[in-house]
Amino acid sequence: MHPARSIILFTTLSGLGFGLLVWLGIDAQAPTGWVGFIFFVIAYALAGGGLMASTFHLGHPERAIKAFSQWRSSWLSREGIAAVATLIVMGIYGFFLVVFGLQISLLGWIGAALALVTVYTTSMIYAQLKTVPRWNTPLTSALFICFALAGGALLSGRVLFSVNLLVIAAIIQVIWWQQGDNRFSEAGSTLASATGLGQIGQVRAFEPPHTGTNYLMDEFMHVVGRKHALKLRGIALILMVGVPILCLLLPFNHLFALLAVVSHLIGVYVSRWLFFAEAEHVVGLYYGKR
Amino acid sequence: MTTLPTSTEKKLGLVIDLDTCVGCHACVVSCKGWNTENYGAPLSDQDPYGAAPKGTFLNRVHSYEIQPERGSAAQLIHFPKSCLHCEDAPCVTVCPTGASYKRVEDGIVLVNESDCIGCGLCAWACPYGAREMDQAEGVMKKCTLCVDRIYNENLPEEDRQPACVRTCPAGARHFGDLGDPDSAVSKLVAERGGMDLMPEQGTKPVNKYLPPRPKDEIEEIDILAPFLAPVAEEPKGFLGWLDKTLERL
Amino acid sequence: MSIQQPDLNLSPPVSDEVRKTTCYMCACRCGINVHMKNGKVAYIEGNKDHPVNRGVLCAKGSAGIMQHNAPSRLRSPLKRVGPRGSGEFEEISWEEALEIATGWMKPLRETGPEKLAFFTGRDQSQSFTSFWAQNFGTPNYAAHGGFCSVNMATAGIYTMGGAFWEFGQPDWDHTKLFMLFGVAEDHDSNPIKMGIGKIKARGARVIGVNPIRTGYNAVADDWVGITPGTDGLFILALVHELMKAGKIDLDYLARYTNAPVLVNAAEGPEKGLFLRDSDGKPLVVDRATGKLTAFDAPGVRPSLTATHDADGVTHHTVMHLMAQRYLDPAYAPEAVAERCGIPAEKIRQIASEIARVAFDEAFELDQPWTDFRGERHEKMIGRPVSFHSMRGVSAHSNGFQTCRALHVLQILLGTVEVPGGFRFKPPYPKPQSAHPKPHGKVTCGKPLDGPHLGFVHGPDDLLVEADGSARRIDKAFTWENPMSAHGLMHMVISNAHAGDPYKIDTLFLYMANMSWNSSMNTRGVMDMLTDTDENGDYVIPRIIYSDAYSSEMVAYADLVLPDTTYLERHDCISLLDRPICEADAAADAIRWPVVAPDRNVRGFQSVLCDLGARLDLPGFVNEDGTQKYADYADYIVNHQRKPGIGPLAGWRDADGTAIGRGDVNTDQLNRYIENGGFSISHIPDEALYYKPWNTAYQDWAVGMGLYDAPQPYLFQLYVEPMRKFQLAAEGHGDRQPPEHLRQRVKETLDPLPIWYPPIEDGHVDLDAYPVHALTQRPMAMYHSWGSQNAWLRQIHGRNPLYVPTKIWEANGFAEGDWAKVSSTHGEIIVPVAHMAALNENTVWTWNAIGKRKGAWALDTDAPEATKGFLLNHLIHELLPPKGDGLRWSNSDPITGQAAWFDLRVKIEKTGPPTEAQPGFDPIKSPVGQGPDNLTWSSKT
Ligand SMILES: Nc1nc2c(c(=O)[nH]1)N[C@H]1C(S)=C(S)[C@@H](COP(=O)(O)OP(=O)(O)OC[C@H]3O[C@@H](n4cnc5c(=O)[nH]c(N)nc54)[C@H](O)[C@@H]3O)O[C@H]1N2
Ligand SMILES: Nc1nc2c(c(=O)[nH]1)N[C@H]1C(S)=C(S)[C@@H](COP(=O)(O)OP(=O)(O)OC[C@H]3O[C@@H](n4cnc5c(=O)[nH]c(N)nc54)[C@H](O)[C@@H]3O)O[C@H]1N2
Ligand code: SF4
Ligand code: SF4
Ligand code: SF4
Ligand code: SF4
Ligand code: SF4
Ligand SMILES: [Mo]
Repeated sequence: MHPARSIILFTTLSGLGFGLLVWLGIDAQAPTGWVGFIFFVIAYALAGGGLMASTFHLGHPERAIKAFSQWRSSWLSREGIAAVATLIVMGIYGFFLVVFGLQISLLGWIGAALALVTVYTTSMIYAQLKTVPRWNTPLTSALFICFALAGGALLSGRVLFSVNLLVIAAIIQVIWWQQGDNRFSEAGSTLASATGLGQIGQVRAFEPPHTGTNYLMDEFMHVVGRKHALKLRGIALILMVGVPILCLLLPFNHLFALLAVVSHLIGVYVSRWLFFAEAEHVVGLYYGKR
Repeated sequence: MTTLPTSTEKKLGLVIDLDTCVGCHACVVSCKGWNTENYGAPLSDQDPYGAAPKGTFLNRVHSYEIQPERGSAAQLIHFPKSCLHCEDAPCVTVCPTGASYKRVEDGIVLVNESDCIGCGLCAWACPYGAREMDQAEGVMKKCTLCVDRIYNENLPEEDRQPACVRTCPAGARHFGDLGDPDSAVSKLVAERGGMDLMPEQGTKPVNKYLPPRPKDEIEEIDILAPFLAPVAEEPKGFLGWLDKTLERL
Repeated sequence: MSIQQPDLNLSPPVSDEVRKTTCYMCACRCGINVHMKNGKVAYIEGNKDHPVNRGVLCAKGSAGIMQHNAPSRLRSPLKRVGPRGSGEFEEISWEEALEIATGWMKPLRETGPEKLAFFTGRDQSQSFTSFWAQNFGTPNYAAHGGFCSVNMATAGIYTMGGAFWEFGQPDWDHTKLFMLFGVAEDHDSNPIKMGIGKIKARGARVIGVNPIRTGYNAVADDWVGITPGTDGLFILALVHELMKAGKIDLDYLARYTNAPVLVNAAEGPEKGLFLRDSDGKPLVVDRATGKLTAFDAPGVRPSLTATHDADGVTHHTVMHLMAQRYLDPAYAPEAVAERCGIPAEKIRQIASEIARVAFDEAFELDQPWTDFRGERHEKMIGRPVSFHSMRGVSAHSNGFQTCRALHVLQILLGTVEVPGGFRFKPPYPKPQSAHPKPHGKVTCGKPLDGPHLGFVHGPDDLLVEADGSARRIDKAFTWENPMSAHGLMHMVISNAHAGDPYKIDTLFLYMANMSWNSSMNTRGVMDMLTDTDENGDYVIPRIIYSDAYSSEMVAYADLVLPDTTYLERHDCISLLDRPICEADAAADAIRWPVVAPDRNVRGFQSVLCDLGARLDLPGFVNEDGTQKYADYADYIVNHQRKPGIGPLAGWRDADGTAIGRGDVNTDQLNRYIENGGFSISHIPDEALYYKPWNTAYQDWAVGMGLYDAPQPYLFQLYVEPMRKFQLAAEGHGDRQPPEHLRQRVKETLDPLPIWYPPIEDGHVDLDAYPVHALTQRPMAMYHSWGSQNAWLRQIHGRNPLYVPTKIWEANGFAEGDWAKVSSTHGEIIVPVAHMAALNENTVWTWNAIGKRKGAWALDTDAPEATKGFLLNHLIHELLPPKGDGLRWSNSDPITGQAAWFDLRVKIEKTGPPTEAQPGFDPIKSPVGQGPDNLTWSSKT
C-alpha cells in the first residue's frame, strides 16, 4: 500500500491523542486549571490534528459530514462518529475540569470508553480489509489500542503504565510483524485464484493493461522502500519503545520526558509507515506486483 | 444506505470469454469514451501528452502467460477486468457516506458521485482493482454496467447494452441477468464452466469468466489415422492413381 | 432495514444528433455513429447497419475523439524557415502555399514530368491520386503497397485473381478449420475479430501459424511457433502430405484451375509455356473425347493426367508437373521440420486434420448454379477449411512464392470460392489478365500513356529503357523486381538521393511518415533528406508534404499542406479502389464533414483539385480552362472514369435509382449520408460462390460495372508469366536480364511455388546474427498516429523488446534490463521483457511506438521517445554488400516487397542507458505541446 503521509499522520497522531484522552478520562485526579488545559490542548491537538490530516487525502473534504451517515456498516463512518462523540464528551468533561475544576467522573469514564472505541474503530478500518491480509487480523486492533494506551500513558507521565504498556505493545508489534509476513500466503489469494487460470498451469503476469501507471498501481503497489523493512522495523522498535523506556527509567527530567515522547512519536510514525508500505493488497496479484 | 440489499431482483452482469478475447482493448476505450461523456464527471487524464500519462479507466485488459503443466507450449491469455458487481460487495459496506450502493432492482454497484468524499476506502476493499479515484474530480469511479444505457429509452432497443459489450469485435463479452438460470448468459456459464475470480475473498462476484478451452491438442491427433494413408509410394504411382480415381468421378 | 438509493435518471439524453460516417483510424473503414452534443463530437460508436463492422468498433475507432481533438493537428500551411529537419516553419496562407507548389511543379510538367515524384503512403483515394499523377504525366507515382503487402496482393492476383488481405475473407459462417499465417491485426481488423468470434462460438478450430503467440494467435486452439521465413517450406510439406494421400479435390482442380492445362516439355524458347489454340486459349485434353480442346469449351471435362504430343513436342499437364515436384521427399515433413522449427509429427497431424475437415466434414448447400461451360450444378459443395495470411508471409523476401504456395494449398483442397472456404469480395475475383499493365511513357506537357501500376505478362511489359535503366525512380518493373505491381515507395528517397536512375526535383508526399517508421534505415533516410551537394543545395531539391498532424516527416518538408481530420472532410471509399465490399455484397462508402474544421486546413484531395487546375491538368480543367472540380466532393459526384462509372456506385442516375452503372446524380452524397454513409448491393444467391466460374455472378458483376463483359478464368496453379521471365533469364528472347540478375531470376521466378531462404540469410553471418527480429501491429495503435491520442498512448506508451526464454536465460536478463541489439547495419539499445509463448530464436517488439522527440505535440521526455524505439534502425533498404561490387535491395526479388521481417540480429545485455538508443535531437514542434490535464467532455 502507498504510505500516504496524511494517513500515517492521522493514525499516529490521533492514536496518541485518543490514548491521552483515555487516561485523562479515567484519571482519578485529572489535572485541572492551566495544567488540565495544556493536557487537553495536547490531546485535542493530536486527536483533532490527526482527524484533520486524514481529511487531506479526501477528494471532497467539504462533504465530510456525509461520512457520519453509514455507521450501520462502515467502520470509517463509525470512527467518525466515535471520534466526534469522544471529543464532545471529553470536551464537556475537560471544560468542567479546566474552567470549574470540577471532575465529572462518569463523563470521564464514558469519554475514555469512547476514546478507546474510537481507536478500535480506527483499527478496524484496516483490520476489516480481507484484501490486505497483513492487516486483516484482530491483532491489528490490539496493536493500535496498545500503542494508543502506551502513548497516552507516556504523554500523561504515567511511568509504570508506560513502561509496561510499551513492553506489551512491542511484543504485539513483533508478533504482528512476524505473522504479517506470512498472512498473504496464508490468506490463499494467488495469481491462479485471481485469474482462475491456475487449472491450466503456472500463471505469470505478462503485461499490465497500460504501459503507464494508474491509480491502483500508485495506491496499492508500493514496492520501493520495502527492501529496508527489516532495518526500519528495528529503528521503529528502538524509537517507539526502546528510547522511551530508557528515558523513563532514568531519573525524571523534563528533557528526557520530552525526548521519550518525541522518540515514541517518531517510532510510531515509522511503524505506521511500515504498516502501509509493507502491506500487500491482493489487487497487486493482477499486476504481478505486490 | 451502504448496507447491502439482502437480495436483488436481478443480477445483471457480464460474462467474459477468455477463450475468445483477443486483447484488442476496444472495450477499454469505448468504456472510457462513453463514461467520459456520460454518468458523472468525465474520466480525466493527467499529463496526457507528457512523460507519465495517467488516466481513469473503468475497464482494463491484462495479459497473462501460462506454462501448462503438461509441458505443451506456453499460452497467452488476454484478461479484461472491470467491476464484477459482487453480491457481497465489500466496497459498498465500507463506504462511510452511502455514496457506494448496490441497486435493489438489478444488483448494479454504483457510486453516487455527489455523495462521495473521495476517501478511497472502497477501492481498498475491492480485491479486483475495479475502482479508480478520478484525480481531477476527486471522486471514486467504477464500472456502472452502463446503467445509463441499458434502460435508456433514448437509445434503440438493441443498443440498450453496455458500451463495452456492444463494441467488442470478437464477441467475447456478454451481458445479461445472471440471477435468471434461463438467461442466455446463465446458460453460457453453465455450458462453459464459468468461474469466479478470487472466490476465497467471499465477494460472490456476479460477473463470470469463461475459461479458455484446452489448447494445442492437435498434437495428440493419431497420425496413423486414415487421412494420410499414401495413395502410392512412387510419384508415378500417384499419377496412375489419379487416372483411376478420375475415371470414377 | 430499508435500503435507500438515489433516484437515477435511467434515460438521460444521449446526444443531440447522430451523424454517420466512416472511421479512418485504420484502413478497415468501419461505419461509425458520431454522436454530436453541443455542436461537438461527444461519442463515437460502431454503426450496426454497416457491412464492415456491424456495430462493433476497435479501440482506435472508439478513441477517434482524441484523434480529432489532438493538440498535434496542423493548423495552417507551413513554409520551412530553418534547416530541413529542424521543425522551424512560418505559417503562410493557402494562396501562397498553392502558388509556391504551382511555381515548382509547372515547369517540371513542361520540361520533365518525371522530375516530380508523387508518392502517397497510406492513401485511401488511390484511384483519385493516381488519376492526378497520370494527368500530370510523371511515371513516378505509387502508394505504399510496395513496402506493405504487395507480395500478398500480387501472388493472390496472379494465382487466383484476388488476394487475402481486404480483398477476400473466409466463409466465417461455415468454416470449421481456420488456419491463420502471419497475422497480428491486418487491414480487415474488425471483420477478422468478428470472424474468429463466430468460429469460437461454434467451437470450431483455429490454428495460428506465427512465431509469436499474441492476439489472434493467443486465442488459436493450436499454435505453430514457426521459424520466421519458413512458411513456404511448411506449406509445401502440407502439400506433399496431402498429395501423397490423395487428399486433394480432383474434380475442382480439373474444372476450375489450370491443373489440366498442357505445358510444353521440350527444351527451347517454348519450354514451360502453355499449349494454346489460335485464339490464345490454353488447351486441355477432354477426358470424354481424348481430344485437345480450349479450356472453356462447353461441356469439356479436362483431364488432369493427359500427355499430348504435338509436332514431336511432349506436353504434360500442370498437375503432372506438380506431382513431380511436390511428391519429392525434399518436401517431406522430416526434411523440413528442423528448418521450420516444427516437429515432423506435428506437420503430419496438421495435414491430417486439414484432410479430415476438408473431406470428411464436407457439406452441401442446396443452391443450384451454372458454370461458365454451361453445366448446371444442383448443389454447392462446402469444404470447410479456410486460410488467411498477411505480412508475416508477405514481408519476407521469399514472400511472393510463399503466398503462392498457400494459395496453391487451398486450391488443391478445393476451398476457394466454395462454402466454408475462402471467398472473394467484389470487385474481385478479377484475373491478372483483366488488370492493366504498367505504363511509364513520359511526354512533356502531356498525361502519362496509361495507369502507372499494373500486372506484367512478361519481359515485354517491363518499364526499362533500351540501355536497361529503369524508367521509374523506384525501379519498379525492372529485372530487379519484375512484378512490382505496387511500386517501391521504400526505395524512392534513397534512389532520388543517389540520383539513380536519375535525379528528381520535387518529392511530393502524402500521408507517409517517411523520415521515421515507414522507412528502413531511418537515420540514413534523415541524412538523405538533409544532404546537400557541393553548392550547398539539398540533394533532393524540394519536398512538399501533406499531413494532418505534426509527424516526424513534417519537419523534413519545405512546404507543408495541412490536411483535415477524418471527421472534417469528404472521402470516397470506391469500388474503383479499395472498397468495403463483403463476400456477398458490393459496397462502397463516403466520409463527409460531420464537423467543420476550426483551423486553416483543407482536405488534401480538394487541394489536388485546385492544384490540378492551376497546373492545367487535362482531367482537372474544363474546356475553357477553368477549374473542373471545385473540391473533392464535386469530383466524387461528377467524375466519370468511363461513361456511367464514377467513384461511387450507389444512387446513380439523376433520380438515384441506378446502381453501379448510371449517370451522375447531383444528390448522390446526400443519399449516402441518409443511408449512413455507405451503399450496399447484395449478390444474388446463385452467385454467392464459385464466382470466377459462376455465370450468374459474372452477369451480376457486368451489371454492376465491375467489368464490361463476363470473364471466367482458371486459377493459375502454374503462373505462365513467371515462366516467361525465367525463359529470358535462360537466354531466350530479346529482353534479357542483366548478367548479375540472370541467375536470381532463373531461381526465383519459378512458375510453381518454391521456397528459398530469406535473402538476408545469404548475406549475413548467421552464427554472428542468429536471432530473428520482428515487429507486430498493436491492435490499439495505428502506426505512428496513435501516440498523439491521449487515451491510446496510455495503453502503448513504450515498447520493450520481447525475448524468448532461451535467450532470456542465456543472457541472464532480469526485469528492467536493457540490451544492445545489433544487425549488420546498426545497433540499438533498448529495454527487454521476457516472453515464453514465443519462437525460441525470435525477438520482437510493437511497431512504430518509438517517437522522435518533439513530434506529435508530445513532451520531449515522453516515454515513446525515451524508452520507445524503432526496429527500423536495424533494417537497411539494401542488403549488406556481398563483395561482388553490387548493391542488393532488401526486397522480394519478384515484387520488390520490402523484406522487413528477414532481419537477423544479435543480442547482448548492457547497462541501462539514460534513454533508448539511438537518440535524436528534438525537432521543434510547429504546434506547441499538449495540455497538462484533460477532463474532456462536450460540455467543456
Ligand atoms: N519495422 C517495421 N516498419 C514498418 C512496418 C513493419 O512491419 N515493421 N510496416 C510497414 C508498413 S506495412 C506500412 S503500411 C508503413 C506505414 O507507415 P506510414 O505509412 O508512414 O504510416 P503512418 O505512421 O500511419 O504515417 C502516415 C502519416 O499520415 C499522417 N496522417 C494521418 N491521418 C492523416 C490524414 O487524414 N491526412 C493526411 N494528409 N495525413 C494523415 C500521419 O500523421 C502520419 O504522419 O510502415 C512500414 N514500416
Ligand atoms: N491496429 C492496427 N491495425 C493495422 C495497422 C496498424 O498499424 N495498427 N496497420 C495496417 C497495415 S498498413 C498493415 S500492412 C496491416 C498488417 O497487418 P499484419 O499482417 O497483421 O501485420 P503485422 O503486425 O506486421 O503482423 C505480422 C505478423 O506476422 C508474424 N510473422 C513475422 N514473420 C513471420 C513468418 O515468417 N511466418 C509467420 N507465420 N508469421 C510471421 C508476426 O509475428 C506478426 O504477428 O495491418 C493494418 N492494420
Ligand atoms: S473488446 Fe472484446 S476482444 Fe477486445 S479486449 Fe475487450 S473483451 Fe477482449
Ligand atoms: S468488483 Fe470490487 S468494486 Fe465491484 S462490486 Fe466487487 S468489490 Fe465492489
Ligand atoms: S471514495 Fe467515495 S464511494 Fe468510496 S468509500 Fe469513500 S465515499 Fe464511499
Ligand atoms: S459495462 Fe459500461 S461501465 Fe462497465 S466496463 Fe463496460 S462500458 Fe465500462
Ligand atoms: S478497425 Fe478500428 S480503426 Fe480501423 S476502421 Fe475499424 S474501427 Fe476504425
Ligand atoms: Mo501496411
